[in-house]
Amino acid sequence: MNSLSLEIAHALPETILAVGAILLVLIGAFRGKESDGPMTELAVALLGAALVAVILGSAREAGAVFNDSFIDDSFGDFMKGLALIGSIVTLLMSGDFLRRSGVDKFEFPILVVLATLGMLVLISANGLIALYLGLELMSLALYVVAALSRDDARASEAGLKYFVLGALSSGMLLYGASLLYGFAGTVSFGGIAAAIGGHPSTGVIFGLVFLFAGLAFKMSVVPFHMWTPDVYEGAPTPVTAFFASAPKMAAVAISTRVIMTAFPGAVSQWQQIIVFMALASMALGSFAAIGQTNIKRLMAYSSIGHMGFALVGLAAGTEAGVKGVALYMAIYLVMTLGTFAAILSMRVNGKAVEQISDLAGLSRTNAPMAFFLSMLMFSLAGVPPLAGFFAKFYVFMAAVDAQLYWLAVIGILTSAVAAFYYLRVVKIIYFDEPAPALDRPSGTQRAVLTLASLAMLLFWVYPAPLVEAATAAAHSLF
Amino acid sequence: MFGFGILSGLTFLPLVGAALILLVPGETESGKNNIRWIALWTTIVIFALSLYAWGKFVPGVADFQFLEERSWFGSGLSYKLGVDGIAFPFVVLTAFLMPFCIAASWNSIDNRVKEYMIAFLVLETMMIGVFCALDIVLFYLFFEGGLIPMFIIIGVWGGKRRIYASFKFFLYTLAGSLLMLIAILAMYAQTHTTDITTLLHTKFDPGLQKYLWLAFFASFAVKMPMWPVHTWLPDAHVEAPTAGSVILAGILLKMGGYGFIRFSLPMFPDASHYFAPLVFAMSIIAIIYTSLVALVQEDIKKLIAYSSVAHMGFVTMGLFAMNQQAVQGAVFQMVSHGLVSGALFLCVGVIYDRMHTREIAAYGGIVERMPIYAVAFMIFTMANVGLPGTSGFVGEFLSLLGVFQANSWVAFFATTGVILSAAYALFLYRRVVFGKLEKPNLKSLTDLSPREIAILAPLVVLTIYYGVNPGPILDACSVSVAELIKGYDSALALTKTAALTLH
Repeated sequence: MNSLSLEIAHALPETILAVGAILLVLIGAFRGKESDGPMTELAVALLGAALVAVILGSAREAGAVFNDSFIDDSFGDFMKGLALIGSIVTLLMSGDFLRRSGVDKFEFPILVVLATLGMLVLISANGLIALYLGLELMSLALYVVAALSRDDARASEAGLKYFVLGALSSGMLLYGASLLYGFAGTVSFGGIAAAIGGHPSTGVIFGLVFLFAGLAFKMSVVPFHMWTPDVYEGAPTPVTAFFASAPKMAAVAISTRVIMTAFPGAVSQWQQIIVFMALASMALGSFAAIGQTNIKRLMAYSSIGHMGFALVGLAAGTEAGVKGVALYMAIYLVMTLGTFAAILSMRVNGKAVEQISDLAGLSRTNAPMAFFLSMLMFSLAGVPPLAGFFAKFYVFMAAVDAQLYWLAVIGILTSAVAAFYYLRVVKIIYFDEPAPALDRPSGTQRAVLTLASLAMLLFWVYPAPLVEAATAAAHSLF
Repeated sequence: MFGFGILSGLTFLPLVGAALILLVPGETESGKNNIRWIALWTTIVIFALSLYAWGKFVPGVADFQFLEERSWFGSGLSYKLGVDGIAFPFVVLTAFLMPFCIAASWNSIDNRVKEYMIAFLVLETMMIGVFCALDIVLFYLFFEGGLIPMFIIIGVWGGKRRIYASFKFFLYTLAGSLLMLIAILAMYAQTHTTDITTLLHTKFDPGLQKYLWLAFFASFAVKMPMWPVHTWLPDAHVEAPTAGSVILAGILLKMGGYGFIRFSLPMFPDASHYFAPLVFAMSIIAIIYTSLVALVQEDIKKLIAYSSVAHMGFVTMGLFAMNQQAVQGAVFQMVSHGLVSGALFLCVGVIYDRMHTREIAAYGGIVERMPIYAVAFMIFTMANVGLPGTSGFVGEFLSLLGVFQANSWVAFFATTGVILSAAYALFLYRRVVFGKLEKPNLKSLTDLSPREIAILAPLVVLTIYYGVNPGPILDACSVSVAELIKGYDSALALTKTAALTLH
């Protein structure tokens, strides 16, 4: 096999998406219609092909290609699989919503494909250049998607806010990257690690801090979380579902990769940052969500809290920690998609509603949906035997193993606070008097909700495959 | 069957029943009846299976029996079940109480019967699982998993303040248990195993033991409940439907005591010894203070709830005295209290179903209309007081006997609790059952129906049977308790020698 075909083979999912996205744009342009038509189905097929390529390629040996700037390993495969599943499921369940809201533009699936391409590049980035490339490709597509329903003032505000803050964070990241390049003399992660050795200079630490600021923005962890509630609430619900799932996978994946491969020599420096961000996110996510009445805003704070929990595993900085992070993200993805399937189907007489109180008495008007959504809430709260518990179990196990006792104790206590607001949703669903009945959800929404909820409920029956996959993924980083 | 043993059967059969119920349409009257029968038969089959297991159980062995193990999470955690003489009585007790709960809800629950029965069967799985689990994470799974159905049971079918009570119940227990989770993680970090049988023979560093002990204590003390974290219990009891109260008092409270025996005492002997005075103090406060509080209650269920806290005080006191009589007494007291307090709540349920009030003042003189009921209620009240000849006496006496050897002052103060319990129990009985039948709406009361007699009669028989012949339970646990105490004493001796050689 010559070198170009080897490189393409390693980057096959990305190649499929890149070529496919261009084809989709052409098809859309030649169709000449505003509406969506078959574009969503085509985009799903494309993403599905990329997913198949990822799965088939996961047996291949790991390898760095394109002058060491792009790496294809099992950690990347695991996280790419998650990101692709997130994009596919979002597209599948959002068609109905967008059509009924009159914003089923054909650009949406194309932008999702482009953003996903950015995520895959980001996850596989093995150097600062590829990192920035992937990040910007993802972000630019996301900025547009956030303002998709341009006649809606709230959505436009969300898009603009996201863009301005996102551009700022990109600037910070770029500044950090330039400092790192200046002090390390290389852009590849392995090279940076070798240049730093065990004693990072002040310049490198500055670079590290700025780089993390940019990444933290994408993960929406405190103190770079401010955009999250507004964008989650303002953007159309399918877009929010997308924001909450796939890009989070990519952002956490690249943060993990950067930390583990570029800064193994600066543990005491980055560990303080990650510990602080984890603690602050968990606390803010738990306390600020208590007063929310809008379910999308609630999910925004919930996602901030969950990113905090994922960072607990990262803070440990060990192989067990990375395994915890990978597992956490996988389980979080399923919970989020399931919950958003339920939120997408919240309509009364054809009109979309998004107050938590609109769910009142759901157990009597739509018992299956009530049960599945409640199980997801218990899972998000981390109550055993649901999968959400095991997600927390593995990250906290890594933290305790790394002797971060205070992080574990405070983190786990905030999860008791968080349990309160998840329980409040269950209370509204089960204990309150019924509000006007919700419309019957579409088929895909029901399917996603049911599958996600059952997967979380029955995870403990046969957890070994996912756990083993996460273990293998984590192992490839060390 | 399928490579699973009898304990897996006991644990997961309720889920099979729940799945069956899920398939039955529950809107019509006949559908509701089908659901009730399925639930009842499921619990009866499980009870029969537990009796069969009781027949196969070998009492004179300290080791775990009916062991089964298979890999679960790839590496690390495993699915491991087994019971010893301390755990097994609780498994049978759970299986025994469940049919009564279903039967007691026969008429009083008419709203959302399907969900109700499913919640109870899921709860049964969790409760039996707690006592069978031999993997500490599996234990935690069942221990916490029980919160979800109980939360729903209190919140949907409870009384007026059900939402407050269900949240309080859930969050109190969750907060306590999460600290235990950290301790479990720390133990795993030390030993790299979650197997309880291995952990039982692991010696943890005495300094670390104290932290681990405190974390476990936070969880079990809330569950028990011990003063001052008992306040969720009266609320939960008052608001829960009758069967919910029975399970709460009968089984859920016992999980705390079981946790002390299974984890705190054998795994952290040095810390247990160090903190024993604290436990004694808290137990005495619980016994005296909650008994006094019980005296002034105006709600029947609340009074019984406070009396439960007081009785659990005897249990914790007995456990931490750590001698044969005291620990066996505590185990017996837990089983007996499971029967007696469950029966008392069923008795309250009987008159609540008729009058729809639990206020003591609303009753009086009902002996004239309900003589059979008065007899049954009398027997359980006496058992609650600890009258010789009832099962309540054996446990209380044995634990006091054991505690007297460990610390006579503790026994002295605890004994006043016996007097106080007689005071509040008899006072309650007099106000509800005796006196003149003056209130007009009480005049139409009917005595126990055949269904209610069928529910209460076996409990009366068992209460008296175990009062006269406590042997079966004491024999079942004696060897396991002896083993526990032996390990505890040798661990303490070892630490002492180590300390001496150091100086």
